[in-house]
Amino acid sequence: MSTNSAINVDKLNVSFGDSHVVKDLSFAVEPGESYGVVGESGSGKSTVLRVLAGLNRDWSGEVDILGKRQPKIRDKAFYRAVQMVFQDPYGSLHPKKTVDDTLAEPLAIHGIRDAEAKISRAMQDVGLPTSFRFRYPHQLSGGQRQRVAIARALVLEPTILLLDEPTSALDVSIQAEVLNLLQALRHERKLTYILVSHDLAVVGHMCERLLVMQFGRGVEEMTATTLAARAPQTAYAQQLLTASEGFRRAG
Amino acid sequence: MSDQALLTLDDLRVDFHTPTGIVNAVRGLSFTLGRERLGIVGESGSGKSMTGRAILDLIPHPGVVTAKRMGFRGQNLTTMDKRARRKLRGRHISMVMQDPKFSLNPVQTVGDQIAEAYRVHHRASAREAKERSLSMLEAVQIREPARVYDLYPHEVSGGMGQRVMIAMMLIAEPEILIADEPTSALDVTVQLQVLKILDDLVTSRGMGLIFISHDLHLVKSFCDRVIVMYGGKAMETLPASELDKAQHPYTRGLLGCLPDLDHPREKLATLNRDPAWLA
Repeated sequence: MSTNSAINVDKLNVSFGDSHVVKDLSFAVEPGESYGVVGESGSGKSTVLRVLAGLNRDWSGEVDILGKRQPKIRDKAFYRAVQMVFQDPYGSLHPKKTVDDTLAEPLAIHGIRDAEAKISRAMQDVGLPTSFRFRYPHQLSGGQRQRVAIARALVLEPTILLLDEPTSALDVSIQAEVLNLLQALRHERKLTYILVSHDLAVVGHMCERLLVMQFGRGVEEMTATTLAARAPQTAYAQQLLTASEGFRRAG
Repeated sequence: MSDQALLTLDDLRVDFHTPTGIVNAVRGLSFTLGRERLGIVGESGSGKSMTGRAILDLIPHPGVVTAKRMGFRGQNLTTMDKRARRKLRGRHISMVMQDPKFSLNPVQTVGDQIAEAYRVHHRASAREAKERSLSMLEAVQIREPARVYDLYPHEVSGGMGQRVMIAMMLIAEPEILIADEPTSALDVTVQLQVLKILDDLVTSRGMGLIFISHDLHLVKSFCDRVIVMYGGKAMETLPASELDKAQHPYTRGLLGCLPDLDHPREKLATLNRDPAWLA
C-alpha cells in the first residue's frame, strides 16, 4: 500500500442480508487523480461510493482516506474533506429549501463563519447567477439543480469529491456543461474525484484510470488510454465496451 | 394511397392550454412513415414523446392535437371519433413505453396481461389466447415461457419486463409500432438484446417502427432514417448513416457535446441555441 494515496481500499466486503454485493475489492486513488468506476446495475459500484462517503456502515475491510484509517462512523472533519454529488438532481435537493438554505446548512453544521460570502462564491464557481439564490428547486432546470448540488458539495472546500452518475439524468448538451465545470474545478482546486458511471465515454473523458466492476468484484483496472485503444484484457470489459458502441445488425 | 406510406403526418401540432398560457409542445411536424425504422431524437422537451402520443390519441387534458392530415392507410385520423381511434389503438398502431416497472399491471401475471391484449383485439378462447401468448413469449426469446407466463412483474428483471411489453404490443400484429425510449431503463448489454429482438420482429413482420430516443449513437446504429427535433419542430430529417455528416447547427451541436473515446478533448463543446431555429 502506498502511504500517500488519497484513497486506499483494501479487501472491502459489503453484504445486505444474504446478498454479498461487494467482494474483496481493493483499489487506490492518487491525490489529484480522477478515478472512474464503471459497471452495469447491480455491480456494486454505487455501494462502494456509499461506503467511502460513510453512508453505509455495514462493511468489512480497510478504508484509508487522506492517510487516515476510517472507522464505520466518520467524524465531522471527514465530511469537510470528502463530499458527494448524487445522481438525480430532482431527488437530492430538499424541495422546500431555497438554494440559499441548501448551501447555508453545511456551513452552519461545521460552524464556518462568513457564510454570506462563501455562498455567493460557491454559486459563482458553479456558474449560477446570484439572482437564483432564493429560488426553490422546482424553479430550476435539471442542469441548474445539479450545479446547486455541486455547489453544496464545494462550499465546504473538500479535497475529495465522490460523484455518483452526476450527469446521467441530464440531456447531452447539459451534460457537456456539467462535465466541463467538474473538469475546470478539479484543475483549479487540485481535487480528487471518484466518478461512478455506466457511460464509458464519459469516464474516458473525465478519468485517468478506471475500474470495471461486475457482480461486486473488480474485473479489470485500466488507464483511459487502454480504454480509448479498445484494448481491455478481460472478456467482460471488452463486451461492455462493444455494447456501448451501439447496435450492430448481423449480416 | 400508395403501399409505401403507412402513416402520413401533415402539420401536426400539440398545444397545452394552461392557466398561464398556451404551451406549444409540437409545432407543425410533418413526416411519412413507410415500412422502415424511423428514429425521432431530441432532448427533453423537444416534443418527441408527444408526437408518439398524438398519433395514438393519448394526449391528456388540457392538450389539444391538431393536424392538416393524419393519414393511416387511407383513413384520416383527425376526423375519426374516439371509438374508432380506440379500435386502431393496440390493434393497428401500438406503443412500447420506457419503463416496464411502471407500465405493467403489478397485480396480474405477465402471461395473463399478454393474453388479455390478444383477446381485446381478436375473438379467441382463453385457451387459444394462452397458446398465442406462450409462443409470443418464445418469439421475444424468453427461455421458459411456461414458467415466465405465471410470474408477476416484480418477479422479472428489467430486460425481461421490456421483452414482455414487446410481446404484449406485438401479439395483436399491429402495422405500426411506436417505441418510446424502449431501452433507456436497461443496462447496455441487455439493451442490445432487446433491440435485436425488436429489430427481428419488426423486419420479419414488415412493420413500420417509430423509435423515439435521446441517444444519438443508438439511433444512428439502429434506424434507417432520423428526424432531429428541437422545441417541437423538426430541425432536419436525414438517413441515419449520414447523421455524422448532419448540416443543421443543432444536430452538429448535439453531436459535438458528446464525449468521444476516439477524439479526446480537454473541454467539451457546449450548445448555443439559436432562437431562429424555432422561428
